[in-house]
Order: sequence, then structure tokens, then C-alpha cells
Amino acid sequence: MSDTEQPTVSRRDLLTLIGTIAGSAAMYQAMTSLGFAADSPYSGPIKLEGDPKGASVLILGAGLAGLVAALELRKAGYKVQILEYADRVGGRCWTLRGGDRYTELGGFEQYCEFDKGLYLNPGPWRIPYHHHAILDYCKRLGVALEPFVQVNYNAYLHGRRAFGGKPQRLRHVLSDFNGHVAELLGKAVSQNKLDEMVTKEDKEILLAALRRWGALDKNYAYAASDLTSDRRGYERDPGGGLAGVPTVSQPVGLSDLLKSGLWRFLATGNVYEFHTTLFQPVGGMDMIAKAMARELQGLIELDAKVTSIKQDAQRVTVTYQNTKPGGAQRTASADWCICTIPLSILSQMEINVSTEMASAISAVPYDASIKIGLQFKRRFWEQDDAIYGGISYTDLPISLIGYPNTGYGDAGKAVLLGTYAFGPYAYEFTALSPAERVKKAVEWGAQIHPQYNTEFENGVAVGWHRMPGVNGCYGMWTEETRKAHYKNLCQIDGRIALAGEHASYLPAWQEGAVLSALDTVSRLHQRVVASR
Amino acid sequence: MLRFIPSVSLLLATLAATGAAAQSSDGTFSSNQRFVPKDGEVLFRSICQGCHMPDAKGAVGAGKYPALAKNEKLEASGYPVFIVLNGLQGMPGFGMYLDDEQVAAVVNYVRTHFGNDYKDKITSDDVKAVR
Repeated sequence: MSDTEQPTVSRRDLLTLIGTIAGSAAMYQAMTSLGFAADSPYSGPIKLEGDPKGASVLILGAGLAGLVAALELRKAGYKVQILEYADRVGGRCWTLRGGDRYTELGGFEQYCEFDKGLYLNPGPWRIPYHHHAILDYCKRLGVALEPFVQVNYNAYLHGRRAFGGKPQRLRHVLSDFNGHVAELLGKAVSQNKLDEMVTKEDKEILLAALRRWGALDKNYAYAASDLTSDRRGYERDPGGGLAGVPTVSQPVGLSDLLKSGLWRFLATGNVYEFHTTLFQPVGGMDMIAKAMARELQGLIELDAKVTSIKQDAQRVTVTYQNTKPGGAQRTASADWCICTIPLSILSQMEINVSTEMASAISAVPYDASIKIGLQFKRRFWEQDDAIYGGISYTDLPISLIGYPNTGYGDAGKAVLLGTYAFGPYAYEFTALSPAERVKKAVEWGAQIHPQYNTEFENGVAVGWHRMPGVNGCYGMWTEETRKAHYKNLCQIDGRIALAGEHASYLPAWQEGAVLSALDTVSRLHQRVVASR
Repeated sequence: MLRFIPSVSLLLATLAATGAAAQSSDGTFSSNQRFVPKDGEVLFRSICQGCHMPDAKGAVGAGKYPALAKNEKLEASGYPVFIVLNGLQGMPGFGMYLDDEQVAAVVNYVRTHFGNDYKDKITSDDVKAVR
């Protein structure tokens, strides 16, 4: 998911702004209306009680939704079979490593030249602590997790026209913004300008709170001192012995801060999905899919391109084509079908479902997104800039730089996320050849880290609209389309039911795919047991 | 989709105006609020070819992107205008990212290239009528 600057249609940036402008209540209201922020309804492993009596389920797609459906149904006693278009499991739960080849739509091939152990997660890369279901599968399947750093106070905020294009440390912008706002508010309170809104009793408390929150001095001023330097950092850090005298740092003025626009990035870490602690699987996101697939050996057929899905009163029959050269056309059938094929693909496919479900399948456009991984000769962001993990944000087309949250201090090469954009920039990047995308990411990133110019080695770029199995990043619901189509999409239609992030209130998140699969599987099981 | 909060849209638009510096001489990568290029070919090269490919012949994977080259559906100009504005199935609409002139420019470009030869040029007013 995105957390970067976005056009007017961007949920994430809008939420960031609403959070900044209107306070958390408005933010929460907005988030729930857009389908985010609902508490995960996951309350532990599902229990499918009752005997399916040999019923069979054909599952289309070996992404997380399909894999979870297969795991649970097989455990409940179903005969399951999975068909997967790609030559690997995982779908968007995917990791590119050195030696991997990736051919995108149009035939553009990339060979990943990363060093051993280095990788890019082109799709999901972080798991919030409250995504209970996916975390529980990691735990049950023994997938090792490590912290994903979302907020790094020493990472940069960068604007082309902010401070002459010089990147600013988050700790400076954040401390100074809070401090100045606290001082302003303190003045308004003590000059009795807010008397209509704040009681006399609350006034005293508010002043004390502002002083602590903003690091204000006894006169309620945000002025350079040990107090403010304890927030934003010192000009010269405290040391030892005779040489250890610290020098306080000078805050940036409020007007400069406001005009810089860098405040737009400040609330990102306040978004529920980005609250500490977040996780990433050790070694790459696809460790989750691989762990699931290990439990399903012999049940997954790869290179299987589904061409039609037909149901009658008794069965579901799927026609598919083996995509290897000379591959045959085959059919598979089962009592039931759980289809996790992205709607961008499914809407082009022959499938006999109700008019309502067919309309729902056609109602969801897929968003653009671009991720570019760059390998450098050394970890200059750690060695030169003291940035260990986390994210720098910029209004350049690359939108952000994500530093590796693992291998800190390693003296060798390393890979960072050099671009993660949505909106027009994502379309414009996707329209370029992979080599041009990488070249541009390096040029723009060098405006933040000049070390790019000497340390860059190679890169890979994934534009999600060129992803052969998805034709996009995730299903974009609006309030209107959700109202008109979401329930119809999630119904069991005869013998066919859908699952995936597109059938959830957590678009683009793996948790959405998993919860959707669990919900679908539970409802299907109820129907099967009741009918037998 | 988020037009229900106009004040925030306005704020973002203001930010875009003050914060964006053109990155390329052709206008691409200039703003993440909307596409800036006016030229039909540049718009094709920076948006459409991402999916429909540089030769406009489309692509096939698990699904497909239809060819725009030699496409008879382009004969009625209202059709591509409607699709560019509103999208179709998995294809997102671009109505919020492109103004009427840009939509007309890119549709005119595609309808006169890649083996398409439809002489009737559309105008921004034609786009406005569909929007």
C-alpha cells in the first residue's frame, strides 16, 4: 500500500491530510467510510465443524487467498486442487532475488543481478501488528518475522522547493512543527482567545500539556535550548570528558516550515496501518507463500491459464491451458469452486454467474503502482547518514526511499527500495522500459543521496499494470461501487465463490486476502454441510 | 471518488501548484495530481503504452490488454472518449487526471496512428459533452 504524496483521489494522502487538519475522529470516520480501519474480526484459527463427506473444491489462484482456502478446506476434509497461472506460488506475495528472471507484459525481460541474500518485495512489504490473521499464519507455519521500520526520525523529508531542495531530517521537521504549533496555541490560550472553547480549569491543563508536548520553555516559547535539542537533536551531540560540551541546535522558523510543505508527510506514521510495530518476513515476503505451499505439496498445478469457468447444478468445470510451449488444454472439475483470480482478469473471462455477480466483477478498476529496487556497493545511508531502516519521503516522482530493515551494519552491498509510487507517477514509470525506470529512479534519488552517483550498481523495476497475472496493483473500490456491488461480489453464486483482497475491506493488504478467504471458506462449508 | 471533501482537494491542488517543478521537457513526471503533457503522442507514450504497449498492439497474460492498433471500435470517437474518461472493467478511468483538451489530444492521436485512420478530429467540447 501507498503512503506517499498522491493526487486528489489518493486515499492515503487524503487521510494523512484529514488526520492533520481535522483530528483523529474525522480521520477515523473517513477511514471507515473508505473501507479501512475496521478492527480485524480475526479471533484465531477457524474451525470448520461437520463432515463435507468427500466434497471437492477447485481453487483458482495460488496467492494468499487461494493458499489459505486450500489449507483450511483440506484440513476440514475436502478434496482440494489449485490451479495457478504463474510458474510460482504466491501471486502478489512475491520476492525478487538475484538470479531471478521477470518477464512483464509486452515481453520486457529483466534479470535481477542482486547479490546473494538481497531482495526486493515488489508487492506487499510490511505487516501491521493488528493484521492478526496473516500474523497467525506466520506463527503457525514458522515464518520468521523481523521489525519493519515505518518511522525513522533520522530519515529525510524532501521537497524539490523545500529548503532549496536540501533534504531535512524528520526529527527536525516534526519537532519544530509541533513546537511552533504548541507555542501558537499556548499564546492563544494565555491571551484568552480560546475562552469560548476552553474552560478556565482546562486552560491550565492545556497550557501544561502544550508545554510538554511542544518542548516549550517556561515562557511557553519554542526556542533553541537543551529542551528543544532533546527533541530535534543537537548541533553537536553531548559527549564525554572535556570535549563533550554539547551545542544546541537552532529550530527552523514556522513560516519556512509551512511554506516547505514538508508537514504533509508528518502524519504518515500516525495512520493505524503504519503504527509501530510492523513486521516483515526474514528473507522476503514470499516466505509466507512458500511456507503455505509446502503444506500443500502435490495439490498445486502451476502454468495453468484458466480460460473458462462453467457451473451447472452438480459441478463446476474449468477449462485451462498449460502455458509451457506445446502445453495442452485441459479441464478440471469439482463440486465447488473458490475463484481468487483478480477481477481485472476475471472480468475478461467466460464465467456463468448471476448478472449481479458479473456486474460486480466488472465494476472494480485496478490501480497503478511502481516499485524499483536498487543495489548499491555499500550502505551509505547507514555509513554516511546514520539512517538505519525506515523511509525517506519526497515529492519527486520516486515518492519515497525505503531502506533495508535488516542486515544493519553489513559492510557489503545492499538493496533499497528506490521508488514506490501511485497515481500519475506510477503510470508514467510503468509506461517506460524497465531500464529507463531504473535510470530515472537513480537520477532522482541522487537529489536526496548524492552517493547514488558513485555507489549504484543495478536495479529491477516492477510496474504492476505490466504484471501478467494481475494487470494492476489492487482493486480500487469507491464508496459508490462498494454500495452497489460489494455484497453481490461476495455471495456464493451457485457453486462458485470469490475470495481475495478485492473481496475485502482491506484493499491491497494481504490481511484482506486472508480474511476474505476465511470468510468465504466458512460460508461455503456451512452450505456444504447443510446440503449433505 | 473523494470529491465529498472539497476543502481538502483544494488544499492538495494548492500544494501541487506550489510544490511541483517540471521534471522533463515534455511535461511528464511534473505532478502527481494530474498529467501535465498536452501533446497527444506524449500522453500516449506516458500513459497508454504502459498497458496497450508501445506498438499499441496490446498484450496477453492471464488476461489481456486489447490492441488499439487497427481497432475498429475507435471508429465512433465517442467510444474511446468514454473509455478514457471512465475506464472499463479493470481499466481505471482517467477523467480525474486529464482535462478535456488532453483527452481529445490523446484520442485524436490514437485514432490517426497505429493503422487507424479516422479523419474526424474531436474537440475538447466533444469530450466535455461525454464527461
